[in-house]
Amino acid sequence: MQDSDFTGSKEKLKITKSSKVPPEETTEFCEGWERSSREAYTLHLADTTLILSQRNSEWCGHGPILEQDIAITNISLDLLGQARNFYQYAAALTPNPSPQNGEGRNTLTPTPSLKGEGAGGEVTENSLAYLRTEREYKNLLLVEQPNSDWGQTILRQYLFSQFQYLLYEKLQNSNDEQLAAIAAKALKETTYHLRWSREWVIRLGDGTPESHQRMLKAIDELWRYTGEMFEAADYETIVDVSLLKNDWSQKVNDVFAEATLPVPENVFMQTGGKKGMHTEHLGYILTELQYLQRTYPGCEW
Amino acid sequence: MVNMGPIEEKKIRDILETVTDPEVPVLTITDLGIVRGVKINGAEVEVIITPTYTGCPAMDMIAMNIKLALAEQGYLKTKITSVLSPAWTTDWMSEAGKIKLQQYGIAPPQTRSDHPGLTENIECPQCHSTNTRLISEFGSTACKALYQCNDCKEPFDYFKCH
Repeated sequence: MQDSDFTGSKEKLKITKSSKVPPEETTEFCEGWERSSREAYTLHLADTTLILSQRNSEWCGHGPILEQDIAITNISLDLLGQARNFYQYAAALTPNPSPQNGEGRNTLTPTPSLKGEGAGGEVTENSLAYLRTEREYKNLLLVEQPNSDWGQTILRQYLFSQFQYLLYEKLQNSNDEQLAAIAAKALKETTYHLRWSREWVIRLGDGTPESHQRMLKAIDELWRYTGEMFEAADYETIVDVSLLKNDWSQKVNDVFAEATLPVPENVFMQTGGKKGMHTEHLGYILTELQYLQRTYPGCEW
Repeated sequence: MVNMGPIEEKKIRDILETVTDPEVPVLTITDLGIVRGVKINGAEVEVIITPTYTGCPAMDMIAMNIKLALAEQGYLKTKITSVLSPAWTTDWMSEAGKIKLQQYGIAPPQTRSDHPGLTENIECPQCHSTNTRLISEFGSTACKALYQCNDCKEPFDYFKCH
């Protein structure tokens, strides 16, 4: 990924659909192609929860002990449920295009599915999850980072759950009824995730020299992706995320102090996920996640 | 169906009383408190349900089982509507449901949802001792935590207060 991807400039990047499409039919992303900022924001929430769900589910059958294997996959399932609710809402916000627009999208040809339409051109929760490309995904960079060891997985979950808890607290009172309902329901689940991951951070940070060392490494790997949570994208107007930062920092400082872990200072913060500029890891996740629908369009079992 | 009216709603609720949770088969969906309403729109029966946990995989099956149960009794035109708000809480679980849970070997939720934290001294559904300990905050399904009794040593599920 080139440095210029992270300049944060307003320059609109353009890509062209397959050669069958006349060249004037280019589609802008970042801004422009979204039908509304509400839809983009909902997709951002959906993508973030889906990708973290997918990452956590990689632990299924591999957890350090059975109970924790079950815990991380339960969290994965909660996040998947949240993602489904957000995708369903995003699909409902999307005016369905005429069927011919979707022709040829869901095939083996490398045609990008710029609007996440299914084979019949219909936008559904499934087409949004399975047929959008890496550059259309708006998830936070933090959640796409590799699981690495258990310590890094735990730290990623904690840093995110602490943020998500504060976000949903605000979102449940927002003026968007559907987002508020999803957030109010999910907040109860996030409360469990937060408590569970916080206790693990303390146990590992203040555990053995080995576990402490691994947590230091995890902080080093992940901290640079935390700044993005509090930098609002253009479409992110429903909750002012910049106002969550102080509370988040205070809570994380307290937990890190109890875990005998240092809070990094003056770290360069990598951003871009909210605008579709991802680390190299997301492409691999989507390759696995979307393989079946890309290869056998419309397949069900 | 010919005579659709208020009396029908009672009939339909009686049918819903026979639909069970596939994960916890001793509980009916009315015990769980997920049926939020029954509407009769002409010849169509609409059942309004709310999911327990957002990712609960049992919800799709429950929706299908409602349709099947109604169809068996001649209600062929049915619609299942899922609502998110207000969010489901274990406070809506019936007292009968809590007793059935305990008899089944699952400790029922012991506090109200305004104090949702895991509580100490959850009563063991086997020997009724309250000398128990938490093994894991997440049990075999999202709605349960895993406990063990320090007296009879039996591990057991606790239906979390939510």
